[in-house]
Amino acid sequence: MATWPILSVTTFLPLVGAVFILLLRGDDDAAKRNARWVALWTTVITFIVSIFLITGFDKGSPGFQFVEDHPWLGGSIRYKLGVDGISLPFVILTTFLMPITIVASWHVEKRVKEYMVLFLLLETLMVGTFSALDIVLFYVFFEGGLIPMFLIIGVWGGARRVYASFKFFLYTLAGSVLMLLAIMAMYYQAGTTDIMKLLTHGFPREMQTWLWLAFFASFAVKLPMWPVHTWLPDAHVEAPTAGSVILAAVLLKMGGYGFLRFSLPMFPLASELFAPMMFFLSVVAIIYTSLVALMQEDIKKLIAYSSVAHMGFVTLGIFTFSNEGVQAGVFQMISHGIVSGALFLCVGVVYDRMHTREIAAYGGLVNRMPIYAAVFMLFTMANCGLPGTSGFVGELLALMAVFKANTWAAVFATTGVILSAAYALWLYRRVVFGALEKDSLKSITDLDRREIAILAPLVILTLLFGFYPAPVLDMSAAAVGNLVAQTKAALMPAKAALLGVQ
Amino acid sequence: MTMYHFIVFLPVAGALIAGLFGRVIGARASEIVTTAFLMIAAGLSWIAFFDVGYFGKDLRVPLFTWISAGDLKVEWALRIDTLTAVMLIVVNSVSALVHLYSIGYMHEDPHRPRFFAYLSLFTFAMLALVTADNLVQLFFGWEGVGLASYLLIGFWYQKPEANAAAIKAFVVNRVGDFGFALGIFAVFAMVGAVGFETIFAEAKSLTGKTIYIFGGNFDALTVICLLLFVGAMGKSAQFLLHTWLPDAMEGPTPVSALIHAATMVTAGVFMVARLSPLFELAPTALAVVTLVGATTAFFAATVGLVQNDIKRVIAYSTCSQLGYMFVAMGVGAYSVGMFHLFTHAAFKALLFLGAGSVIHAMHHEQDMRNMGGLWKKIPFTYAMMVVGTIALTGFPFTAGYYSKDAIIEAAYAGHNAFAAYAFYITVIAAALTSFYSWRLIFLTFHGKTRADHHTYDHAHESPLTMTVPLALLAVGALVLGFGFKGGFLYEEGVKAFFRGSLFSHDNWHILHAMHEVPGWVPWLPTVMMAGGFAVSYWFYIARPDIPAALAKSQDVLYRFLLNKWYFDEIYDFVFVRPAKWIGRFLWKKGDGWLIDGFGPDGVSARVLDVTRNVVRLQTGYLYHYAFVMLIGVAALITWFLFRGAA
Repeated sequence: MATWPILSVTTFLPLVGAVFILLLRGDDDAAKRNARWVALWTTVITFIVSIFLITGFDKGSPGFQFVEDHPWLGGSIRYKLGVDGISLPFVILTTFLMPITIVASWHVEKRVKEYMVLFLLLETLMVGTFSALDIVLFYVFFEGGLIPMFLIIGVWGGARRVYASFKFFLYTLAGSVLMLLAIMAMYYQAGTTDIMKLLTHGFPREMQTWLWLAFFASFAVKLPMWPVHTWLPDAHVEAPTAGSVILAAVLLKMGGYGFLRFSLPMFPLASELFAPMMFFLSVVAIIYTSLVALMQEDIKKLIAYSSVAHMGFVTLGIFTFSNEGVQAGVFQMISHGIVSGALFLCVGVVYDRMHTREIAAYGGLVNRMPIYAAVFMLFTMANCGLPGTSGFVGELLALMAVFKANTWAAVFATTGVILSAAYALWLYRRVVFGALEKDSLKSITDLDRREIAILAPLVILTLLFGFYPAPVLDMSAAAVGNLVAQTKAALMPAKAALLGVQ
Repeated sequence: MTMYHFIVFLPVAGALIAGLFGRVIGARASEIVTTAFLMIAAGLSWIAFFDVGYFGKDLRVPLFTWISAGDLKVEWALRIDTLTAVMLIVVNSVSALVHLYSIGYMHEDPHRPRFFAYLSLFTFAMLALVTADNLVQLFFGWEGVGLASYLLIGFWYQKPEANAAAIKAFVVNRVGDFGFALGIFAVFAMVGAVGFETIFAEAKSLTGKTIYIFGGNFDALTVICLLLFVGAMGKSAQFLLHTWLPDAMEGPTPVSALIHAATMVTAGVFMVARLSPLFELAPTALAVVTLVGATTAFFAATVGLVQNDIKRVIAYSTCSQLGYMFVAMGVGAYSVGMFHLFTHAAFKALLFLGAGSVIHAMHHEQDMRNMGGLWKKIPFTYAMMVVGTIALTGFPFTAGYYSKDAIIEAAYAGHNAFAAYAFYITVIAAALTSFYSWRLIFLTFHGKTRADHHTYDHAHESPLTMTVPLALLAVGALVLGFGFKGGFLYEEGVKAFFRGSLFSHDNWHILHAMHEVPGWVPWLPTVMMAGGFAVSYWFYIARPDIPAALAKSQDVLYRFLLNKWYFDEIYDFVFVRPAKWIGRFLWKKGDGWLIDGFGPDGVSARVLDVTRNVVRLQTGYLYHYAFVMLIGVAALITWFLFRGAA
């Protein structure tokens, strides 16, 4: 175990960078340049610090590690951080993607200082969400993370940014109010806000149902699940590229993480009760949003809808309560973080050049952009789950687990492999293939070195995790095993009682 | 490092070199590197073939763990047995020849490094498929060849038809893969593993077990085999999932020879052979395999009768011959089906590459109505095409004579519900095969030319890089049947040659029975072959006015065949349009009207009404949210503080 608080440093280092940028004077080019470089260095160093979390992490142990515990807010609420095999992958995903988003934002010219500050603040809040071990602390990070994203969309967004922000607001408000009430009720019942204690508390059956539903309201919106997904396409369309990347890659994962951290272990009975509903909603999400994605005319909207479909596999896997399924949930989220982030970066590349996201405005890009075409092809294939890319592993594991739990759900969800190929390849054909006929595209240029630099790590990870997913799977194995065992153990007496009655 | 590492990984090394550095090292270097690597791999494959097939040096080469989560363990490993070894020589030999041929065929194309990279990538995926040690690795190769096929069909990306065909191939294959994937899940659910050894060991214990799927309880083995077979139908372009194969001819001709004739499309046949210990326990599934195979053999042959595009005729012929292979699989004569796969690879690749040579000579003309009389111009190509044709039609002592006729005999000797159907239909299809094959030869090479002056005068024989592969394949088309029939067609020979790699059992005598059929049965296909030739000669040499008159008098039938039984139109109407309509409906009505209308938009309209009348808030919604959040957090903390104090 390390002697210095690695988690706190990882969490708050970006905030230090943000303060530093705020102290920069002036609005001239020099100040802008400094703001960019400070943000980049901060995120890079944060990532390097977070690597100590990987090297110091004991994969064999299912419990929380790097735990820090300090009194905060009058004693009953504590400042407590820690990670286990379920949360660590998300922490690393966040710190890994942040430098990439900063470089992707290099040409943002509007209010650069504020922009960078918000992104750094966002990183603190995201890392905090995944490492908080006190439920109030979690809530602060979890809800707080939406404010910077909200401002990023609202200030640096596209034409309909106000509408998008408003939709985002209505959806999340409903969820967070209910979660807040649930947190209060949990404290009232268990007398603690310590997540580690709450995990073993064992809430009464009746109460679990209500708590589960309250948390569900919040997580389902974040993930998002059908039918509370309609904020996502609008938010993505209006968000600047880096905002979309973070939104798709990290913020959505908070919903899935929430199910894993709270719903399953704390309310196992309710989770089992609602599992059929979760299967139903996931399957509808996969088929419904895939069909909708097929008909989109805006590249970003198409990818946003495909995100909803992919998140469907996550919830399917998680609610099988099996090792394969829950591992699938974690892996699919990491994989989707990489692939969807990369896809939004790919959209950003052409958007920066052409300032339109209309599919119809493109066509034949391969003629002038062969490197871009190759990279985009890889992520398109990863998006439709081609074996050898990370997209395959998560879907395979999830579907295998679901098949054991419910063959109907598996059969319907598997149609996703047909639909995803259809919308992804059709998009690719309309944007990249064909003859280059539009005059506006005649002088378009291929990826520059900055763009190659941000896409290259994502290319490597997509392929690496496709052929060798062990780094993620092994990291989460022990914690998932523990979670599944606990959930099953909690369900056992209930089942036994049921059999006894019969 | 074993020899097998080189066999499997040399092609991918070539693909990476040509793909990543093609622009640096140039087209010629890319061609040489990929082709040389493939030739080495092909040479080693032949060594492996004798090592394994005749000296019994079976091997399992473990590589590393792929996926390990919960109960699921998937390894990367190379499984080397006779079945694999047969596929290795088929894949690597044809691929090496196609690489060589492509140097000539593609010499004017500006994107040669990319082309050779794709070819080598395809070969690697196909090798991963045939060396797979478990179902998931098989699926990796399966999808990998699908990707390469997609990339190569769409190689000329400026052509809209090529792009459409590429997507169609991928998506239709995905329909098959939907079944394949469910089959894998079902195996995992029943057996708890995906490795072939474990599956085969457990297979017996599954008999009589049921599985709940599609709302009912069904026999587990039958369900598993049928689901897996749906995958095979997609990849091998069987009836109902065949529509992508003819369109795939939009790709360059060497691609058609390698992928859409000799190797990838046979993956479905290989899969059934590989899983023969499983299929053998599911007689109902085998009956379905027979039915689908026979129906495809007939259906594709009828469509092949009237096509005018030289490549499409051969494509339908391939489809039909794949049907024959499935007939053999269905009646349990696995080695016979593999034999036809083996010989078909040689003569069908020969026919495609020959057609490529014709197209090359004719400056990319593919319509046979604009050919004729070419034998004087390109006599070598003509000779090679004739060799391919006699091998395909089953002229005595050529490859097809042994392999195809054996399938017809096996169908006669078979016992399942559709064996008799398969027998009669494959006999009829043999006549059709002969007719359309000779029709192709006559229309292309004989009679007075219908090509325009300029094209005809400039028609020229192809360079050595193209003719040498033709010659080698022609040798194969002539001798492979006679040379290897012992190990494929006779019970003792098969048991010694294939050993455990194909299903066999003490009470399994289909290979014996097929040699004991009544005397007229073995003669029947040869008679059909001669009949097909005679009619074809009558129609296209003796009385060339007959076909047109016939088409006119049988207009409905002619159109039905010419339009490929209207499958594309039906699928468009039943699947493609409704999917688009539903997608648009769900988007506009589901998301837009229902969810947003009654959800956020509706709520916001009410909220706006209220706020407009009560307080005129000038701030943006952003700040509302931040404000509400802060109040929430403040309220929460206050509450906790008071409770903590109390």
